[in-house]
Amino acid sequence: MATMITGTQIDADRSTAPVTRSIRHPFVRFLGRRLAAGVVTLWVVSVFIFVATNVLPGNVAEVVLGHNATPERIQALNVKMGYDHPMIQRYFTWIVGILHGDFGKSAVAVALSQVETSVSSTLVSPLLNSLILGGITALLLVPLTLLLGALAGIYARRSPDLAISTPALVFGGLPEFVTGTLLIFIFFSVLHLLPPTSGFSPGQSPLTDVGRLVLPVLTLLGVALGAGVRQVRAGMIETLQREYVQYARLNGIPERRVLFRYTLRNALAPSVQIIAQNMQYLFGGIIVVESVFDYPGIGQYIVNAVLARDTAKVEAAAIIIAAVYTLINIAADFVVVLLVPKLRTAVA
Amino acid sequence: MLVHRQARFGLLHDWGMRIGVLLFALVVFIAVFGGQLSSQSPYATVGIPGAAPGGGHLLGLDFEGRDVLARVLHGGVSTLALAASATVLVYALGISFGLLAGYSRSVIDPLLMRTVDVILSIPSLLLMLLFVTGLGGGRPVMVVAAAVVLFPGAARIVRSATLEVSTRGFVEAAVARGESTLATLWREVLPNIVPPIAADMGLRFSWSIILISSVNFLGLGIRPPEPDWGLLISENLVILPSNPLAVVAPAAMIGLMIIGVNLICDGIIRALSRGDR
Repeated sequence: MATMITGTQIDADRSTAPVTRSIRHPFVRFLGRRLAAGVVTLWVVSVFIFVATNVLPGNVAEVVLGHNATPERIQALNVKMGYDHPMIQRYFTWIVGILHGDFGKSAVAVALSQVETSVSSTLVSPLLNSLILGGITALLLVPLTLLLGALAGIYARRSPDLAISTPALVFGGLPEFVTGTLLIFIFFSVLHLLPPTSGFSPGQSPLTDVGRLVLPVLTLLGVALGAGVRQVRAGMIETLQREYVQYARLNGIPERRVLFRYTLRNALAPSVQIIAQNMQYLFGGIIVVESVFDYPGIGQYIVNAVLARDTAKVEAAAIIIAAVYTLINIAADFVVVLLVPKLRTAVA
Repeated sequence: MLVHRQARFGLLHDWGMRIGVLLFALVVFIAVFGGQLSSQSPYATVGIPGAAPGGGHLLGLDFEGRDVLARVLHGGVSTLALAASATVLVYALGISFGLLAGYSRSVIDPLLMRTVDVILSIPSLLLMLLFVTGLGGGRPVMVVAAAVVLFPGAARIVRSATLEVSTRGFVEAAVARGESTLATLWREVLPNIVPPIAADMGLRFSWSIILISSVNFLGLGIRPPEPDWGLLISENLVILPSNPLAVVAPAAMIGLMIIGVNLICDGIIRALSRGDR
C-alpha cells in the first residue's frame, strides 16, 4: 500500500514540478511531504494515546495508592499530579513537555514521595537495551529475509523451496510467547545449553553477556522471518515471470547474470517495504519477547507501567514506540524511491 | 450471482488444508469439551508445586500444586470464545464500513483510509495495552480492543473487493433493474466478496487469538486463579526446570490452533488463485 502512495505522490509532484530544480527539488518536496504526513499522524496518535490512558481519570490515584487510601490522600495525589485540571489543558501540558524532552512525572513515584519523579530519566536505559536487542535482530533479519526469500523464489516448488517455505508458514505465524517458551524448552530443559531468562542486574549492559541475548534474538527472528520470506519469495517468482527476464534468457545471457542483473534488483524494491514492515513488527514483538525472557527493555518497561497503572510511563513509552514506528515507515518509502529506477527518474 | 464458484473445487484435496482442518478441529474440540472430559478440578491443590508427571497426573502439577492437565483442558475456552467474539465484531464493523466506503464512494472512503493509516502506525499489541491501561483488562474490554485494532484492515479489504465487484455487469444490471441499494449490496455484492474475505477473516481470527492470549500471557487480561492457556504459560515459567510440561502443553495448544488456522487460510488463498486462472 505504501508503495502505491509513494507512486501517486510522486506523480502529483511531477505534474506541478517547477523548473527551478535547485530550490524546489521534487525529491526534497517528496521527503518533506512524507515527513509532514508523519508529523500529523503522530499528533493524532498522541491524542489517541492520551485519551485512551485517561478515560477514567480519577482511577489512577486510587489504583496507585491501593486499598488503604483515604479520600484525602487520593485528592492530594490528584492535585500533585494535576489530575484536577481539565483534560484538554492536561493534554497540552503533556505534549508541550514532550517537545521539550520532558515526559512528566510518575504517579507511583509521587505517591511514594520519592525524590526522583521524572519519567524521562527512567527511559534511557530500557530504550538503549531494546535498541541493542532490536538492532542485533535487525542486522540478522535483513540479509536472512532476502537470502532465504530469494532462494525459495528461485527454486520455487522444488526441495530448497519446501525446506524454507514450510517452516516459514508453520512457525512464522506463532505468537512470540509460544515460540519463546518452546525455544526455552529446547535449549534450556532438553539441551541445557542456554539460560531461560536474560535477567540482567540493574545498570549492566546486555552486551556483557551475549549468551543471554541468543534466545530473545532467535525468538524475534523466528517470528519476523516467516512473513518476510514468504513475501520476498512471491516477489521473486513474479519478477522471474516478467518478459524482460524471459527475453534475457532467450538472448542466451547466463542464468547467474539473469538473476543478479535483471531479477534481484527489481525484486528488491518491494522487499524493502516488507523488511520495513518486519522491523515495525519487531517493535510490537519486543514487548512480549522482553517479558518472556525478563529482558530489561522498553517492552518490559511498558508492561510493568500498565500493571502499576503508571499512566505517564505508559504514555511516554507508547509515544516513543509510535514515533520510531513512523520513522521506519518514512525511511522505507525513501529507500524504495532511491532503489526503483522508474520511480527515481519520475522524481528527478 | 456467484463468480468464484470454481474456487471451491479441490479445497479438500489440498494436503495443507486437510492438516489445517484436522489440527483446528482437534484444538477446538479440546477447548470446548475439555472441561467435561477432565475428571480433576483445575483449582484444587493436590500436591507439591512443580511436581513432574506421575501419580495420576499425566502432565504433572503447576506452580501452586494444581493438576496441569485439568487446567489445560479447562483453559482453552476463554481464549477461543474471546477471539471468536472479537472476529465477529471485526467483520460486523469491517463489512459495514467497507461496503459503505467501497460502494458509495462518499466521504467515508477517505475518512476510513486515514483511520486505517493512524491505527496501523501503532503496533497492535501496544494499542491493546493502551486500552487495558485506560479501561482495565476485563473480557468486554479485550474483545472491543482487539476489534478496534483489527477492523480497519478488514474494512480496507472489504472496500477493495467491493470496488472491484461493483463495476461488474451483474451489479450494473441490478441497479438498472431498479433494485434498492441495500438489496444490491446484499444479493449481488456481498456473495461475491465472500471468498476473498474468507481468507482474511481466518487471518484476523488468528491475530485475535495472538493479541488476546498475549494480553493474558502478560498478566493484564484474565485474572488468576482462572485457567487460560496464555496465562498458564507465564505463571508456570517459574517451575520450568522441574516440570517443563506445565509450560509446553498450553504453548503447544495455542501454537497448534494458530498453525491450523493459518494452514486453512493458506489453502483458501491457493484455491482462489487456482480458480482465477
